Formats: sequence, C-alpha cells, structure tokens
Amino acid sequence: MHIPDGYLGPYTYIAMWIIMIPIWYYAGRKLSSELKSKQVPLLALAAAFSFVIMMFNIPIPGGSTGHAVGAAIIGIVLGPWAGVIAISVALVLQALMFGDGGITAIAANCFNMAVVMPFVAYYTYKLISGSTEITSSRRVIASGIAGYVSLSLAAAVTGFEFGIQPLLHHTAEGVPLYMPYSLNVTVPAMVLEHVLGFGILEALVTALIFAYIQRTDTSMLYGEKSAAQKMKRAKASTA
Amino acid sequence: MDKTIKNLAIGLIALIILAPLGLLAVGETFGEWGNEELQEKLGFVPSGLERLSSLWSAPLPDYAFSGGDESMTVSAAAYILSAAIGVAICGGLLYLIGKKVAKD
Repeated sequence: MHIPDGYLGPYTYIAMWIIMIPIWYYAGRKLSSELKSKQVPLLALAAAFSFVIMMFNIPIPGGSTGHAVGAAIIGIVLGPWAGVIAISVALVLQALMFGDGGITAIAANCFNMAVVMPFVAYYTYKLISGSTEITSSRRVIASGIAGYVSLSLAAAVTGFEFGIQPLLHHTAEGVPLYMPYSLNVTVPAMVLEHVLGFGILEALVTALIFAYIQRTDTSMLYGEKSAAQKMKRAKASTA
Repeated sequence: MDKTIKNLAIGLIALIILAPLGLLAVGETFGEWGNEELQEKLGFVPSGLERLSSLWSAPLPDYAFSGGDESMTVSAAAYILSAAIGVAICGGLLYLIGKKVAKD
C-alpha cells in the first residue's frame, strides 16, 4: 500500500500534504497534552512494531504480495491521535531510508495508513464493543473486525487516489502521465486483495495483541482507568 | 520494567529475527511496479511517473544492500539489519519525544 514516487501527480500529492500538515500538528499537540509517562514505552514499541510488521510480505492467490500495517491495534491501544504520530514516524523512515513509499507520496501514504486506519479501527472497535466489560471476549472480536475493516478501507482510499490520476494528468492525446489505470481498475484491485488476503492478517494481528493486553494489563488501553484509579473513584463515590 | 511491556518487547525482537520470512513472498504489488515492469505491462512508461520515480535514492532500497544480486543469506541479513535499524530509530525517536512531552 506504499505509493511510490511517480504514481501520484502533483495535484494529488500536494493536496495530501496540505491535508496532512494540520493533522500532524494537531496530533502532536494532542499527544503532548495527553501522553502519560507510563505510556511512553508503549508508544515507542508501537512505532517500532508498525515498522517491522510491514516487512512481513505475504503472497495471496493471483501472484500479488502485501502486508499488514499494525495500525489498527495501535489506534485501539494508544488512541487514534497517538497512532497518527507513531505510524507516520515509521512510514517516513521507510520512505527516506528504504525507498518504501515515495518522498512526494509521504503525506498520501500517511493519510491512508496513519490516519484512515487508526481512526476507522478505533471507532469500529468502540461501536462493536458497546458498553461490554473491558475483559469481554466481544472486544477481541471487535478488535479483529476493526483490523479487517480499517485495512480494507485504507486500501479503497489508496485505490481512489491511484484511480483519479488518469483523469487529472494526461497528454493532449489522452496518454496518462502518472498512474495509468483508472478507478474501475484501481479500486477493485486494491480492495479485493485486501479484503480477501491482507485484511485477514491485520485482523489476526489486531485480535491477538488485543487479547494479550486484555488478559495482562487493561489499564494500558486508551480511555481505560487503572485498577487503582477505579478503586479510588469507587471509594470517593461511596464516601 | 512493566511485565506486559517487557513481553511485548520480546515479541518485537522475535519479529526482527523472523523478518526474512517476509522475503519468501515473490510477486508484484499493485501500484508499486518498477519502470521495467510498467514497460512490459503498458508498452511505455508514463513520462511524469518516469521523471518522479528517480527523485530519491534511498540508502538501503527495498531493505537490501545496494546492488541487488545478492544471495538469500545476504538478503536475509540485510532484511534483519533493516528491521533492527527501523526498530531502533522509530522506537528511540518516540521514546525521546515521549519522555520530553509526557506528564504524570
């Protein structure tokens, strides 16, 4: 899903930078006002994890390869705004140092994988979890579905960005200048391989890590109070 | 260190070591074709794409040492090294930033 340099024309990649700069700014502000010392190691692990999990290419029938992003579990555990920062750092490093994803396309790739994914995942998880107990097994299922839906939707957005290129940029004779395939090819291609393949991997990764954290330390989860804080609150309300 | 964090970190180290499994998948990725592949598919390389595609030369392109024709062992070593570099820089950077801005 890492768009290389040259696939998006200037209208699209510049527009994506204009969209991303305020998002990064706001995410940074939000992180510095809400981050607690206890979460710092988890934030560092999240960015590192996202970097590595994207190196695990898997093949799917049809000869295509791809990977999970790890963005769904990060959005659920750290909250979507912290997810924006953690995943963006991984994507920028991949582009600069390893040529995975283009320089001009950094903003587009960050929008697709570091914004669409953690937000869609977080709200899908919240919606399906409802008011169930934090230890409920329904939340494990919810996290898995969140992983699946968020990766598939990010793929659709990427397909859309690809597919509008022939409309935006072509020669007088109609020869495309950037991504040559249009929406009727790019959207189905991107969506299908993620719905049938990589989305399942993202779902498994998300549910597995969620189940582990749920069984060991639920106070790590975004928006959850620690047991000590809960007890204090309960005491305060009975007093 | 917190036990859950410690176990997650151990899991991450295992992922770094296992990273070369990601090299076993052979095939193309939609929308990430090189110029030769595009030439083959379309009979031409879109001119804007060709111009932009050479904009940046990454130090370790595709998580490999430059050159390309490496043995599987060298590729695997380069892949593990890339994963370790990625983990160190991403983790280190966010740890430092996090420590600086975090409140108690």
